Amino acid sequence: MTQFLDWLRDETPTSRRQARWGGAFRLALALRKNHLAMAGLIIITTLILFAIFAPFIATHPAIQQDLQGRLSPPSFDHWMGTDELGRDIWSRIVYGSQITLFIVFLVAAIAAPIGLIAGAVAGYFGGWVDRIIMGITDIFLSMPKLILALSFVAALGPGIQNAVIAIAIATWPSYARIARAETLTIRNSEFIAAIQLQGASSTRIVFSHILPLCMSSMIVRVTLDMAGIILTAAGLGFLGLGAQPPLPEWGAMISSGRTFIFDQWWVATMPGLAIITVSLGFCFLGDGLRDVLDPKQGGR
Amino acid sequence: MVTFLGLIAITFFIGRVVPIDPVLAVVGDRAPPEVYAKAKQEMGLDDSLPVQFFNYVIDIFHGELGTSVSTLRPVVDDLIRVFPATLELSTLGIIIGVLVGVPMGVIAASKQGSWLDQIIRVVSLLGYSVPAFWLGLVGLSLFYAQLSWVAGPGRIDIYLDGIIPTVTGLMLVDTLIAGDWDIFKNAISHLILPASVLGFYSLAYIARMTRSFMLDQLNQEFVITARVKGLPEYIVIWRHAFKPIAVQLITVIGLSYAGLLEGSVMIETIFSWPGIGNYLTTALFNADMNAVLGATLVIGAVFIGINKLTDILYRILDPRAR
Repeated sequence: MTQFLDWLRDETPTSRRQARWGGAFRLALALRKNHLAMAGLIIITTLILFAIFAPFIATHPAIQQDLQGRLSPPSFDHWMGTDELGRDIWSRIVYGSQITLFIVFLVAAIAAPIGLIAGAVAGYFGGWVDRIIMGITDIFLSMPKLILALSFVAALGPGIQNAVIAIAIATWPSYARIARAETLTIRNSEFIAAIQLQGASSTRIVFSHILPLCMSSMIVRVTLDMAGIILTAAGLGFLGLGAQPPLPEWGAMISSGRTFIFDQWWVATMPGLAIITVSLGFCFLGDGLRDVLDPKQGGR
Repeated sequence: MVTFLGLIAITFFIGRVVPIDPVLAVVGDRAPPEVYAKAKQEMGLDDSLPVQFFNYVIDIFHGELGTSVSTLRPVVDDLIRVFPATLELSTLGIIIGVLVGVPMGVIAASKQGSWLDQIIRVVSLLGYSVPAFWLGLVGLSLFYAQLSWVAGPGRIDIYLDGIIPTVTGLMLVDTLIAGDWDIFKNAISHLILPASVLGFYSLAYIARMTRSFMLDQLNQEFVITARVKGLPEYIVIWRHAFKPIAVQLITVIGLSYAGLLEGSVMIETIFSWPGIGNYLTTALFNADMNAVLGATLVIGAVFIGINKLTDILYRILDPRAR
């Protein structure tokens, strides 16, 4: 074990693998000192565990109705009460974590690569390529995200896939901006000039030498954006444009509890608390990652 | 200008990918093919896409956004009618956000690292993680249903509706013009909760940015000089450190004011507030595409306009940016 730690701490790594592991180790050490970031990490890990082991953690099936016990307050049997069809709210929240994770990761998996490549290409080639791509991102950025997502969903029709597509369309331009800014600082550095002299193609330079260097600021930005993505998805679900019933999506659950908010407060309140906890988790982690990866911004 | 054309292009594109056939909506689905073709020609839908786009742009610059299928009135008239309600809501929202957010940011920066700073940090992060519609619902159930501190949804009590003549469309201004204090108070009690919820979101961003700007200033030499001179701390902070960032804050406030337009969509739905956000969501459910695209266009245009205005204001106020 001590040997392994020494290998990680080595100031002069002898292999690429050692350098990479060592870097990750130092990052983890720095992150561990940041309490809020650790709290965020714990929340997100819990969310992932909930999603994977949902059938074991939930006390009832997500769509099992019990009309006799509808709208019953939180009790030993139903920890967070039941909704208007007698479904157990705690179990629905647990299963809902799968939907939240699905949306968040899919949006990130669509929007981040598109933004990353568009930004790197614009920054690396410059000229009219840059002007066209950045013109397009400027137009998208000049629109409020939720409004943009709303009108795209209106056009594509409600549903969870269309909500994901709409949110991804509204999200990628900000990633393109960041990737471009990073690329501009890297483009004129000497190691890029060296690779160019060796005869590497533009594709090769962009994909294997520029993109990897944009990753750290990208990870920070995506993590910070996760909260926004969750809120937009929940907003679409709340308006009935996202996940459709009987799927236990948190925003849609709040929407169904809206009618009972004055008398049966738990139906709408509980899923809201779940959304807040998870979004806060991503915010905390994103803040912490930024402090660690980008010391210039530290403590802000 | 280019951005605005791009915005029009987006709404045009959305209008074309929509699976609803606008011709069928007019002639009905049992119309014979000749009638269908004639209607299609009259609506200009068999022209090529560039020609259609050109006509669309011309229409927009003539203030022509089509007729709403659900209200059967021109979308422009509808938008003019609902816009003041949103303006009133978001203006009070930004006022609350600035009045609370700026002092919060300044305090957090001047007591950096203290428990007060931590609390302010968590509160402002909450602004990024609490769903607006949820906060509105909980606020209604607590302050309206449980405590009865404020009035419920809507702009005014229903039995007072229509008493005050509409002059500006801003309820607070109109009641003042009419000189009716009771209705003014009623309108305020309806407005205060949705505006506070909306204000909370701008507060989060404003406080964060204020803190970050202040931290930059507090490390400057002229601040240290002021301290060394023995000036009281509140003068150092408010008169020496805060003054230079006031101009930077204008950009932040402008951005969050534009952002409130977005927040108002959710808030207006919850509070049955008859503004542009409510109009947009209602139109969405009636598949009323003219109204959806018109509202999207207007919100986008206002968003772009506020950003431009902020830019100009910044250039006028900050001598370094000239």
